[in-house]
Amino acid sequence: MTPRPPPLIEAIALSKRFGAVQALDGVSVRFEPGSFHALLGENGAGKSTLVKCLMGFHAADSGTVRIDGKVHAIADPKAAHALGLGMVYQHFTLVPSMTVAENLVLARPDLPQVIDWRAERKGIDAFLARMPFALDPEAPAVALAAGEKQKLEILKQLYLGARVLILDEPTSVLTPQEADEVLGHARKLADAGALTVVLITHKFREVRAYAREVSVLRGGRNAGGGSVAALDSEALVRMTFGERPMPAAAQRGGEGIGERCLELRGLNALNDRGAAAVRDLTLHVARGEIVGVAGVSGNGQRELVETLAGQREPESGEIAVAGLPYGRTRAEMRARGVFLLAEEPLASSCVRSMSVAENLALRDFDHAPFARAGGRVDFRAIEERARSLIEAFGIRCAGPHARIDTLSGGNVQRAVLARELSGSVQLLVAQNPCLGLDFAATREIRGRILEARNRGAAVLLVSEDLDELLELADRILVMLEGRIVFETDRAGAAAEAIGRHMTEGSRR
Amino acid sequence: MTGTELGWWGVALAVAGGAIRVSTPYLFVSLGETLTEKSGRVNLGLEGTLLMGAMSGYGASYLTGSPWLGVLAAAASGALLGLLHAAVSNLPRVNDIAVGIALFIFGTGLAFFLGKPFVQPQAPRLPTLALGGFSDVPAIRAALEVSPLFFIGIALAFVMHWALPNTRWGLIVRAVGDNAEAARTAGYPVNLTRTLATALGGVFAGVAGAFLSLSYPGTWAEGLSSGQGLMAVALVIFARWNPVHCVWVSLLFGGASALGPALQTVGVTGYYYLTGAAPYVLTLALLIASSSRRHRLAGAPGELSINR
Repeated sequence: MTPRPPPLIEAIALSKRFGAVQALDGVSVRFEPGSFHALLGENGAGKSTLVKCLMGFHAADSGTVRIDGKVHAIADPKAAHALGLGMVYQHFTLVPSMTVAENLVLARPDLPQVIDWRAERKGIDAFLARMPFALDPEAPAVALAAGEKQKLEILKQLYLGARVLILDEPTSVLTPQEADEVLGHARKLADAGALTVVLITHKFREVRAYAREVSVLRGGRNAGGGSVAALDSEALVRMTFGERPMPAAAQRGGEGIGERCLELRGLNALNDRGAAAVRDLTLHVARGEIVGVAGVSGNGQRELVETLAGQREPESGEIAVAGLPYGRTRAEMRARGVFLLAEEPLASSCVRSMSVAENLALRDFDHAPFARAGGRVDFRAIEERARSLIEAFGIRCAGPHARIDTLSGGNVQRAVLARELSGSVQLLVAQNPCLGLDFAATREIRGRILEARNRGAAVLLVSEDLDELLELADRILVMLEGRIVFETDRAGAAAEAIGRHMTEGSRR
Repeated sequence: MTGTELGWWGVALAVAGGAIRVSTPYLFVSLGETLTEKSGRVNLGLEGTLLMGAMSGYGASYLTGSPWLGVLAAAASGALLGLLHAAVSNLPRVNDIAVGIALFIFGTGLAFFLGKPFVQPQAPRLPTLALGGFSDVPAIRAALEVSPLFFIGIALAFVMHWALPNTRWGLIVRAVGDNAEAARTAGYPVNLTRTLATALGGVFAGVAGAFLSLSYPGTWAEGLSSGQGLMAVALVIFARWNPVHCVWVSLLFGGASALGPALQTVGVTGYYYLTGAAPYVLTLALLIASSSRRHRLAGAPGELSINR
């Protein structure tokens, strides 16, 4: 296998319309061979649509794609693969029960009827030896950490002979260390001239740290670009957001830290497979304080939040809220002002088939002023309250009667936020509240969490986004394999130290 | 009675012989269902397929005079019912479990309807291998009258066990059943794979039916299958979707089913209905023992609708 140099890829005046939305409007980009090219833009700016046109997922309405100067109509992903284009998607496309080797072999376009595993393993071992990062070929994909899965996705594309590697927001599931490792290796491959890397991202830091060229998209159009070294941060921000005002960053304030609100002592919980997920966990959160829990996904955070939410039975340990044992019943949540922003809000905090108004009333429809005599519910009052919440939280929807699952991810999160933050919040448990949201929505939601703290609520913020924790938390704990392994206060928090504790010991 | 001469050894022998006989249909149905579930679908209609297989196998054997043609006819009817299940489940927003229940009732009804003419006549039976020739004890000879289908089933289990990790087809079935999106991205046809896996699962269940009507007990009657098709689905869960485990689990269930008749041979008749319920009690006990409200089943294919 002699590596051919990557091709020159030019997209010229691509347009694509989905129904009423003009996703791409005459966008042109040029990916030089061996470059590390960032596609920067907010959610909905057209980055994904652009690369999906290149990969043959969508047919562009107009415009051409030239590869090494020749016009190609890329009809489907197979045609793109044949031209040497490979894409790593945001969601993992691995088969969990299969090993690394099986996942690699499965990706082969010419999978033989009977697999000669000895020959395949030889080929895979030789291939892995050439790669800048290694994985155990016998490890099942389900046992890999998120960063390792991402590496396997990249390996899969390279194993298929991709010479242009498109990475779609690869770091949304990685720790800073993992992101550095994965993107650093990709940069090395590009520098060696063996690969063109296209990085789709909305994170300025990644563009600065890894990309040599950048193209910015805004509202489906070219909004600028060029050599990263020649552009300052302000220019990038202006290109990305235009001139419209951003929500102001939240201010820390309030009366300072009060008495303890949430206390966990010796908490143990199992995961879905029956293995220990939360181990002897002890922590406390005081009023007016945000306690951040950092950690690589899969170290017991989900089980911790589910236990606090009443979705999972603890094996042992004590949970107290406001000094009293806390049984996690609906009545207790209501009496003590416990609210929850869970991960994947549409799945975990909403009833998909119900309207926005009904979802907003899930916590209190059976209490005054909505409950009426004889078990009836005052739907008019629920609707009125929904209107005011939609207004106050800027939930974009067709009205209070729109089904909640017709809303975009950011607006579902706003709706849940409206429900959980409009009561008298004493304790707020939040997990990855801004996952997958764009810059503006993220800033707004973080502002509201900080506001709750400033008003005196205790906040337990479980997040895989270290930047988020450094911005919001008064104290940061690091969770590793179900235990708290590190603690630092806001003043002393250093990303490197936290990141080191997040990954230490997780390498097997 | 020979059973009384051998005493309690006779009971053990009868249970062992019964295990081999009764386990055969369990083995075939659970292997077929394992394959179907590995591809991400559940076919709960296998009870109906089993009865259709029994009826068409018996009918074909009676009409042609060849029991092996009967097995072939049973396999074909199973393939048809499997294809029907797959075709309906391939439609968008259709739940494969609901389709299975519909086909369970449909297959049962159709088998009774078409099988009326075959209740009386005696069709040629499948031959058996007399492995007890070395012994003079009739009980041993009777226990070791083994149908060749039993060995075919065991061979199939090992073939499947080898094929799932070592062939193109095996890898595709596992990929489709564990992460359909990944299979689609790699360019493998999800619905076609599931259709073939369900059809093949139907073939296995059809053959199991032919065993019931052409080997043991060897007649065509309504109620012949007594829920074995449904219990085989539970067996698959207990066997953790592993074809070789299906062999052991089927033998265990076969033994449990043979307990009642075996006790009769030594004159214990008092608890006939209670011992007859042994396989059902075992099903319940195993399912309770192997499930937990705390964790999911290990080894379950990720795309199964019962896991979601």
